[in-house]
Amino acid sequence: MSFHWRWDFTFEIMPRLLWATLNTLMAAGLGYAIAMVLGLGLALAQRSRFRLLTLAVRELVEFIRSTPLVLQIFFVFYVGPQFGIRLSPWVSGMAAIGLHYSAYLSEVYRGGLASVPRGQWEACIALNMTARQTYLRVILPQALPPALAGMGNYLVGILKDTPMLSVIGVAELMQTANAIGSESYRYLEPYTLVGVIFLAISLPVAGLVRLFEIRVRRKLGMR
Amino acid sequence: MEDMSNYPLELTGPDVPMVRFMNVTKSYGALVVLDKLDLDVAPGEMVTIIGPSGSGKTTVLRMLMTLEPINGGVIYVDGQPLTHMPRGGRLVPADARHLRKVRASIGMCFQQFNLFPHMTALQNCMEGPVQVLGLSRAEARARSEELLELVGMIDKKDQHPSRLSGGQQQRVAIARALAMRPKVMLFDEVTSALDPEVIGEVTAVIRKLVAEHNLTMLMVTHQMGFARDISDRICFFFGGRIEEQGPPDVLFGSPRRDRTRQFLSAVKEAI
Ligand SMILES: Nc1ncnc2c1ncn2[C@@H]1O[C@H](COP(=O)(O)OP(=O)(O)OP(=O)(O)O)[C@@H](O)[C@H]1O
Ligand SMILES: [Mg+2]
Repeated sequence: MSFHWRWDFTFEIMPRLLWATLNTLMAAGLGYAIAMVLGLGLALAQRSRFRLLTLAVRELVEFIRSTPLVLQIFFVFYVGPQFGIRLSPWVSGMAAIGLHYSAYLSEVYRGGLASVPRGQWEACIALNMTARQTYLRVILPQALPPALAGMGNYLVGILKDTPMLSVIGVAELMQTANAIGSESYRYLEPYTLVGVIFLAISLPVAGLVRLFEIRVRRKLGMR
Repeated sequence: MEDMSNYPLELTGPDVPMVRFMNVTKSYGALVVLDKLDLDVAPGEMVTIIGPSGSGKTTVLRMLMTLEPINGGVIYVDGQPLTHMPRGGRLVPADARHLRKVRASIGMCFQQFNLFPHMTALQNCMEGPVQVLGLSRAEARARSEELLELVGMIDKKDQHPSRLSGGQQQRVAIARALAMRPKVMLFDEVTSALDPEVIGEVTAVIRKLVAEHNLTMLMVTHQMGFARDISDRICFFFGGRIEEQGPPDVLFGSPRRDRTRQFLSAVKEAI
């Protein structure tokens, strides 16, 4: 048993882990971008006047939210090929994590949309605006600020969930740390470093989100 | 289904009203809010609707603004059907495109102002002209500034609504509606959410509109003195019907119906 920390080993594995950090950041960023766009679609679809669409999307969101992310990742990667959908680990991973978080983000958007008073919609009708103008110019700018806090939480959330992509071999931090461990039989340093790196990313991200939220509110002349 | 063959495809002739409610019915579930309402408003006329709470006053304006669908009858605006459109020689319920076309001649001010909180007073006024009417920003700005001047809000044009008093917000809302150049303006209790000391600044703007502009206006208010001063005609609503209507002096001076008298004396006592 070796409890002692080896600095030389730490510095040796550092470049590999930092390189993997880029992949982790890319996975989180890409996944989040997909989730933001898809989530907005899911939220708007639930307000459509086509009852069947609204209902189907509602069920889909509930389904995604009540099954584990890791299962969804496996599903896309391993079950997909049986239906002729063969995707690389990266693409499968982005699809799964993007879809998963889009369900959560759609709920955040939904809350934001619901917070816009009815009178705002009516003012848009009185000004004869189209549905598109109503959403883009009036409703979304008011729905987003109250949604920013929730959106920020899920940004940190998706970052912390990227290690799950290691199960299908995406070379992000966790997978790299595992690989180092099994090559050198030392796990203390790589896993500790992974923890430190995650902390070093999450904390500033959370802070930046808070700052951004304040700036947006001020820019939109709210409170 | 209602037989639509009794309704003309459009109104023609020398005295086409700016607004016509023809046999209009509105209900929420089993509750009939308006029962076969007939009401004409002539071009340039100022009509004020008064009546007890729940008598359907707001509903009349909301139907005309297409905020509420109707359950029977037809509403015409400037001779054209609003709630319906001609198709194959018959009137069928209007689609979104038809609604947008006819709705362009109607503007509305709300009890709660409903200004866009993320835009300044000027941006609020420019939004419709730029986005909906397709005016250039310069044209829209000129038009909006002129109207903000008219309502006495030009000094505050760069303020967001949260920095304005209720009376100021309502004046901006009036300018915003006018910037769309509507033929018909609807005012639903635009002073009811205001502190007593600022009511005058809003009513003054409406007085000015009546005096200097050839707008058709339909207004709901609880301010009887104001209504009497500026209206061409008063409609007293009771239970979803027009109980009595006439020129202000007649309706306030010598009402014929008991319910009108009771309502007016109740209002007088409240003041
Ligand atoms: N969305 C709705 N759902 C159900 N009932 C409604 C709805 N809107 C209005 N009503 C009912 O319709 C009736 C007429 O309402 P309306 O708002 O037109 O009255 P009003 O004359 O404007 O009253 P007030 O003076 O209080 O503003 C009322 O009985 C009201 O409860
Ligand atoms: Mg009302």
